[in-house]
Amino acid sequence: MSLAISHLARRFGATEVLRGIELEVPQGELIALLGPSGSGKTTLLRIIAGLDWPDAGRLSFDGTDWLAKSAAERRIGFVFQHYALFPHMTMRDNIAFGLTVLPRAERPGKTQIAAVVDGLLQFLQIGGLADRYPAELSGGQRQRVALGRAMATQPRVLLLDEPFGALDAQVRRDLRRWLRGVHDSAGTTTIFVTHDQEEAFELADRVVVMNGGIIEQIGHPDQIYDHPATPFVARFLGLTVELPVTMHTGRACAAGLDLTGLPRRAIADGAATLFLRPADIRPVPEATAPFHVTEIASTGALLRIVAQDAAGCRIESEVPRRDGRDLAVGQAVSLRAAAGQIFPTGAPIGAVPAETPYTLKEARP
Amino acid sequence: MTTTTAPAALAPRQDRSAPWLLIAVAVVLTLFIVVVPLIYIFWRALSEGWGIFVQNILAPDTLHAIWLTSVVAVITLPVNLAIGTSAAWLIARFSFPGRKALLTLIELPFSISPIIAGVCYLLLYGRQGLLGPVLAAGDVTILFALPGIVMVTLFVTSPFVAREILPLMQAQGSEQEQAALTLGASGWQIFRRVTLPNIRWALLYGAVLATARAVGEFGAVSVVSGAIRGQTNTLPLQIELLFNDLNTVGAFAAASTLTLIALVVLILKTVLEGRTA
Repeated sequence: MSLAISHLARRFGATEVLRGIELEVPQGELIALLGPSGSGKTTLLRIIAGLDWPDAGRLSFDGTDWLAKSAAERRIGFVFQHYALFPHMTMRDNIAFGLTVLPRAERPGKTQIAAVVDGLLQFLQIGGLADRYPAELSGGQRQRVALGRAMATQPRVLLLDEPFGALDAQVRRDLRRWLRGVHDSAGTTTIFVTHDQEEAFELADRVVVMNGGIIEQIGHPDQIYDHPATPFVARFLGLTVELPVTMHTGRACAAGLDLTGLPRRAIADGAATLFLRPADIRPVPEATAPFHVTEIASTGALLRIVAQDAAGCRIESEVPRRDGRDLAVGQAVSLRAAAGQIFPTGAPIGAVPAETPYTLKEARP
Repeated sequence: MTTTTAPAALAPRQDRSAPWLLIAVAVVLTLFIVVVPLIYIFWRALSEGWGIFVQNILAPDTLHAIWLTSVVAVITLPVNLAIGTSAAWLIARFSFPGRKALLTLIELPFSISPIIAGVCYLLLYGRQGLLGPVLAAGDVTILFALPGIVMVTLFVTSPFVAREILPLMQAQGSEQEQAALTLGASGWQIFRRVTLPNIRWALLYGAVLATARAVGEFGAVSVVSGAIRGQTNTLPLQIELLFNDLNTVGAFAAASTLTLIALVVLILKTVLEGRTA
């Protein structure tokens, strides 16, 4: 009923690619492995598929040990980043491949296979392409065929490696919604790898943020977006403004910043670092404030405003253009933060912050 | 009235003599190095009439040489295909200690003169050679017989198939095979239905090159065959023999047969390629 991974470790030579992965994926869930390149997400996916093997740790599905089984025995579907379609077969033969290599006793008859393939072609909305070869298809169509080929054997887990990586932006957005629909109607447990946070957040039930071979955070997209658990996740999710603040009875204080909009935190008094998104910072004209506007640039919908204090600290903010009409270069402003995340200074990257406003189901090592 | 001018008329006039000169040099060189000698073989073979030509080819020794060469080619081809494909597959798909050494070993016959291979076989399998007493005791004849000819031909032709398909397999990578694996295919199914179709043209080309070489091999075979007329003389050896006998028409008739075999193999490959590509 579910996929369970514990203490999983993998090294290539001197490089530790995975360092103790703990993850549980219940039946029918759509999970995104999100992280920068080199974070180990593809290696984790390949280990789940049986295309790579860990040095230590456990991987089981419904209680059976998958590390004792070959890729062929696991009954998974794998969609490669560049699709890996068989160039000498038509779409129909590509999709039927998994059924035609079944042992003779389990193999369905020719007409049954044809029926399954026809059904999938309709389901994936590529009915007209059945007799074409991969070279005659666009990237988006190949992606659908690759998915169809992986689904034909009714896999228990569907694994996708950067499924939209090689497509242009419009096709990406369409296919994303389409894939969500396919997942919902097929009900297969699905895990996909991506480095694009928008993709991960739009598509997944839960997002697993990885970095340097460990899981930094697991959670619902909104939780991760609003409450990044570590400085790494904060930076990765666009909280690019980092400011030194002083904690005092759970509140962060810094000269020229209005931080009253932030909730109280159970962080010990003393130095801490505040992470903010430029879009969550609002410059407010105030004659006595230490910050001065030094740059205003319009991107159309947004104004990008840079404010600087006497010490040279530059803070970038993004304001809807209509709300920034009363701002001018040279003006004194205070900066009001609408949302942000605070970590005690000196907290090692990857460590759990002093307080997270939600509970992680997954035990962290 | 408007005058229309072709764009080319406005382009600066280029000196066209250089390309023509290069083409002329290439044509003349090809003519005198390849085409004329090839045509001359047939011309000399047929110089005393069709009857004499046929008579020469049907001479028992020549006929036997054609037969022996065909047998050698037919035996070495499947062995070469099997060894070359396995070696290329091993090197392209797996990393293991000694991989680089294996790659060098495969290319070794390319860099060693065939006559050295022949001499090595002589020293190893000959009556006075290292294994000579053992073979004599077991009543096994390798030298101056078919086994020796086949073995030394394999030595000389073994790199062709692997060298043709290895770069292709390395360029294609193993993703398709991994995809087949995740779809439940067995090792043999992966090879037959995914790997083989992808390398079939390179495999065919390697087979053509290896066969052409097996048919035409002279140096190594001349050492190990003993060149016994009507017994261990392959076609290239027979040509030399006839030539040394001052039987020019016989030599050219045999030579034209050898050339014909090579041309047929080449045409066969071209036709096959054209039909399926």
